[in-house]
Amino acid sequence: MLFDWSFALEILPILAQAAVITIEATLIGFVLALLLGLALALARMSRNPFISFPAAGFIEFIRSTPLLIQIFFLYFVFPKFGIVLPALVAGILALGLHYSTYCAEVYRAGLENVPRGQWEAATALNLAPMATFRDIILPQAIPPIIPALANYLVALFKETPLLSAIAVLELMQTAKIIGSDTFRYLEPITLVGLFFLVMSLVSAALIRQGEAWLRRRRS
Amino acid sequence: MTIRLAFLIALMGFTGGLMVASFAGFREFIPGLLMGAWVTVQITVLAAILAVVAAMAAGLAKLSRIRVLRWIANIYVEIFRGTSALVQLFWLYFVLPHFGISLSAMTVAVVGLGLNVGAYGAEVVRGSIQAVAKGQYEAATALNMSRSLTMRRIIIPQAVAAMLPPWGNLFIELLKATALVSLITITDLTFRAYQLNQVTLRTVEIFTLVLVVYLALSLVITIGMRALERRVGADFGTGRVL
Repeated sequence: MLFDWSFALEILPILAQAAVITIEATLIGFVLALLLGLALALARMSRNPFISFPAAGFIEFIRSTPLLIQIFFLYFVFPKFGIVLPALVAGILALGLHYSTYCAEVYRAGLENVPRGQWEAATALNLAPMATFRDIILPQAIPPIIPALANYLVALFKETPLLSAIAVLELMQTAKIIGSDTFRYLEPITLVGLFFLVMSLVSAALIRQGEAWLRRRRS
Repeated sequence: MTIRLAFLIALMGFTGGLMVASFAGFREFIPGLLMGAWVTVQITVLAAILAVVAAMAAGLAKLSRIRVLRWIANIYVEIFRGTSALVQLFWLYFVLPHFGISLSAMTVAVVGLGLNVGAYGAEVVRGSIQAVAKGQYEAATALNMSRSLTMRRIIIPQAVAAMLPPWGNLFIELLKATALVSLITITDLTFRAYQLNQVTLRTVEIFTLVLVVYLALSLVITIGMRALERRVGADFGTGRVL
């Protein structure tokens, strides 16, 4: 059985629509991961053990267990408490939560690389701790870790097909539905694979350029 | 690292204890979940073996002087790192039969996940071979060793010591990725959990228990890899002393 180009062209618009959902889930999930990750990193670095220990435990727990189960967990558990989440929302929450623990470790590395003297100088200038953190520390901590964060963005993007397990109509699920309707799996699944491949290669190239740009800016 | 490990074990003991104490009647889940866990362990071990072999072959091919070998390795690594693991499993499971190659779900799981992790491992292998000090090559040349003998006796043993920690991480990623095989009809731990949840609707208990089992399995990998690192580190005088 050969690749049927006319069939591929025919299903392309349907897949393109599904790709929008995939990209939506990726972007919203990643924003969630960035915000939650920063909070987790700060909690993890807290001097209060009652804050830092649970944060460290949470990070380790989420990182060492499969995302798929976390997706099922969120999808099936919320209705128990009377909150019915649409599959897409539960999926995005799970993606964001899972990758926030990876981002937290990246943030931590970035924050720890800012020299202590910066904090001391800000104290000497009578800046409030919050202002110091926002205006002095974060602007120095973030740029060096952007490539690492971007790598997790790509990783998160590649995990979105897992949302098909809770019937979110993203690319993979749409391809599977096309497959079961027409008994042609070759074209839809291959196209989905190609889409991911192209996106990953393009973003890898962009990240490399970004890294080079950062290096030039720093030197 | 030691603190982190002790901490993880404490965390697991705590959650495990909590489960035993609070979920009366959770015992009925255990036999089904254990059977699922056994399937998960089998897939993890077999895929890990394939991943190491594929990574070694592709990593060495990437450093080869033969251009065709470099190309093949690059294409393999880019394809398997550039697309999702789930897409790869579905492709092997649903599309390959169209070409007349019907593999059992179990074979697809092992081959798919093994090749996927192997692609990531290839970069680790290449990186750690390139990280071996230049002087080692020069010394081997000075001793009149051939290129293959240098690789076999001098470079690769040192590279292996350096690549163990990243392999530990990859094996944990592999363990987590085995959850995907539940979507191609394999009755692994995740599939059992899903099934039990459909039947009993005791979502919180079942999924928490399963998450703890995965955590325990990843701890086993961490501890095993640390033992291996110590062993290999002692042989080559590198790595941690304790």
